[in-house]
Amino acid sequence: MALLEIENLTVQFPTRRETFVAVKDAHLTVEPGQIHGLVGESGAGKSTIGAAVMGLLDPPGKITGGVIRFRGEEISGLDAEAMASLRGRKISMIFQDPLTSLNPLFTVGQQLVETIRAHLHLSETEALARAINLIDRVGIPDARARVNQYPHQFSGGMRQRVVIALALCSEPDVIIADEPTTALDVSIQAQILDLIKGLARERRVGVILITHDMGVIADTTDVVTVMYRGEVVESGPTARVLGAPSHPYTKSLIAAVPRPTVKLHRFPLIDYGGRVTGFAIADLARNWPKSTGERGAPLIEIEGISKRFVSKQAILPSRRGYFTAVDSASFTIRQGEVFGLVGESGSGKSTIARMIAGLYPVDGGTVRYGGRDVTATTRGVPDWYRREIQMIFQDPYSSLNPRMRVDEIVAEPARHHGLLKGQALRNRVAELLDRVGLGAEAGVKFPHEFSGGQRQRISIARALATQPRFLICDEPTSALDVSIQAQILNILKDLQDHLGLTMLFISHDLPVVRQMCDRVGVMKDGKLVEVAETETLFEAPQHPYTQHLLSLMPRLDGLSDEGLAVA
Amino acid sequence: MTDTPAPKTVARSRLAMTWDSDVAHAFRHSPVAMISFAVTAILILSAVFAPLIAPHDPFNPATLNLMNGFTPPGEANMFTGESFVLGTDDQGRDVFSTILYGLRISLFVGFAAVGFAMVLGITLGLIAGYVGGLVETIIMRVADVQLTFPAILVAMLIFGIAKGITPPEYRNDVAIWVLIIAIGLSDWVQFARVVRGATMVEKSKEYVQAARLIGRSPAAIMLRHILPNVLSPVLVIATISLALAIIAEATLSFLGVGAPPTEPSLGTLIRIGQSFLFSGEWWILFFPACTLLVLALSVNLLGDWLRDALNPRLR
Repeated sequence: MALLEIENLTVQFPTRRETFVAVKDAHLTVEPGQIHGLVGESGAGKSTIGAAVMGLLDPPGKITGGVIRFRGEEISGLDAEAMASLRGRKISMIFQDPLTSLNPLFTVGQQLVETIRAHLHLSETEALARAINLIDRVGIPDARARVNQYPHQFSGGMRQRVVIALALCSEPDVIIADEPTTALDVSIQAQILDLIKGLARERRVGVILITHDMGVIADTTDVVTVMYRGEVVESGPTARVLGAPSHPYTKSLIAAVPRPTVKLHRFPLIDYGGRVTGFAIADLARNWPKSTGERGAPLIEIEGISKRFVSKQAILPSRRGYFTAVDSASFTIRQGEVFGLVGESGSGKSTIARMIAGLYPVDGGTVRYGGRDVTATTRGVPDWYRREIQMIFQDPYSSLNPRMRVDEIVAEPARHHGLLKGQALRNRVAELLDRVGLGAEAGVKFPHEFSGGQRQRISIARALATQPRFLICDEPTSALDVSIQAQILNILKDLQDHLGLTMLFISHDLPVVRQMCDRVGVMKDGKLVEVAETETLFEAPQHPYTQHLLSLMPRLDGLSDEGLAVA
Repeated sequence: MTDTPAPKTVARSRLAMTWDSDVAHAFRHSPVAMISFAVTAILILSAVFAPLIAPHDPFNPATLNLMNGFTPPGEANMFTGESFVLGTDDQGRDVFSTILYGLRISLFVGFAAVGFAMVLGITLGLIAGYVGGLVETIIMRVADVQLTFPAILVAMLIFGIAKGITPPEYRNDVAIWVLIIAIGLSDWVQFARVVRGATMVEKSKEYVQAARLIGRSPAAIMLRHILPNVLSPVLVIATISLALAIIAEATLSFLGVGAPPTEPSLGTLIRIGQSFLFSGEWWILFFPACTLLVLALSVNLLGDWLRDALNPRLR
């Protein structure tokens, strides 16, 4: 008998204007010891299924059709009290953010003991012994001492292990893991996924693993269900679904996944559900100023730049504590190339970008642009240099002023520098919006009327308004769905090809870097440990840290190659 | 769910969008909000159009008849036979008309004081939040020190100093403006605190970075980019502050340090009325006091509702 069966599940969120169907007729079965992947883009309804099983749907959401059975017994119709006794005891959940799923005011041990005693009839001492045992089992060393520590004394990965330990308190039969590794670095992600795999294998726990990451699906799951806009479009053994997808949506999703092994010319954009919008960067090239420098000549030369932040405030400078974010990094970006910076969070890659852009003053070293000194001081960088560079930010939801109209946002840089005014400026804005695939009429709307991918196109249009020669992209796609990411990356590739733009491309995602960059620098703890041509770096990494990073990268060998065109 | 699908992009007129917005919807489904809004609107309109509505001009001695003094509400005067809806005071002034004119003064002082406090508080809050460092420390410490005194005490202090330095012949002319500045200065702190907090949140967002990247000046970033995004909490405080400012003005006038008897506000009318309370002429005190109560209550309820409506966590 299946551990968990979901049949014809429909979940609706009635709102004032319309009823939003979050999940429609979904089927899903989980066997003991099986990891069932649930994959889809944002808004696909995958988290809603998890919440429906747990009885934790946010109001006004409700199950309007179908049944959920646990060991053959229907649980979807249970009242709140009956559900509460089942939840946590038989079915547990692991949430995405380990920072917010633990209470910062209680020690890890107190939280575990409380949960254990809520489910099992044990004395305080027995519960504590069990808590220590659990912490040990999820791979936290020195469990006896760490049980008395507070969550803030644990690193992100360790905290997620504690969350898993909490989920294991009552020996559940089913664990629902909702994006358990999305907030974590690659190296920690691999460890957490191994832990989940081990649990399924050894303790015969059934796991529903909700994720948007094809790499995680390929590495971890036995069975996968693909969702699109609330509907299950394809389901089956992972190797079969990823290797030979039959549904067009699955095909388009898999084709959009950046490959770590081969460099593609462009991402194939298979049209599904009218989600692909065309763009025409090539048309911008006619009016674009010819670049002055020779392709391949050094454009940006960075010598020994450093940045430190005050970590302990004090009035006397000698008593202040500092944290060195970037420690004397040197590299050169050549005219017309895409230079990648990779590293885990906190390695200083964004800080370097912000120093080059003049947002942070440089604490040591120099930055030269076309041979002229543009090192950022507390007063920023020279105005002529500001016209030459532009930046695309990570978060499309906060990089556009919500109170400004889109055409004002795009026009602001050109207007500020006095490059264009009046009708000429309006024409430039309309042309840019049109070329990035939004259409000139997008100008009269406000940012909140657009989706994440569309907003990132607005960001690109804004960056192009001053006709810059150097573009800094700080994790431009890490907040986007994979199919949207493919479109944005294609636009960026076009910018480089047709307009001859030089780019600094920052990412933590190695496959994306392989697709985008000509040369790559690897950062660790503020230091640049290796700089090499992309192909050389991926095929023959020199530095041990680079080798380590590459070894953690999902290989994605089993993915279908349909529609790919190798560069 | 981690994300919502892209909102529909249907072109609609600005008015239709406003009418359909969540705040407007909440308004249409809240009787308290609608009633308090209607009452506030009626009071404001009747103050604005007081010269057209008022049956008498209480400040024109030519139309006053001392024989009309102490006429009870709705009854005919025993000497002249005239009758007044809300009665008359000791000098024969129509209470209804004095209330309308008093409302004018009270509302004017309230709006102007809140406007002054808003401009001051927003400016200092923006600067403190955006610039940070020593500037922020100084501004916020001054604010903290001022918060340790009751607002009415600060207002009386400022009023007293101003009265001391103005020549006696101008005192009545400037009294209203001094009142506005005194109440405004005692009230800027809340605006500064809220704006500073919101500014610090907005400052770290990437759109501010983008504006800095293209080289916009700090003043342009504060006014053009940050200010529009911190205004909604300010709106809520401004509404609640309006009620407080009206009460503060009434308190000061009641104590005799506010609006002069030549331009009586609701507080002045209450002060005048209280001396007749124990001799049986209750209406001289009662009606102005009721007006003040209704005004402050409806503005306060409106502010409370607005705070809940704009707070996404309570929706």
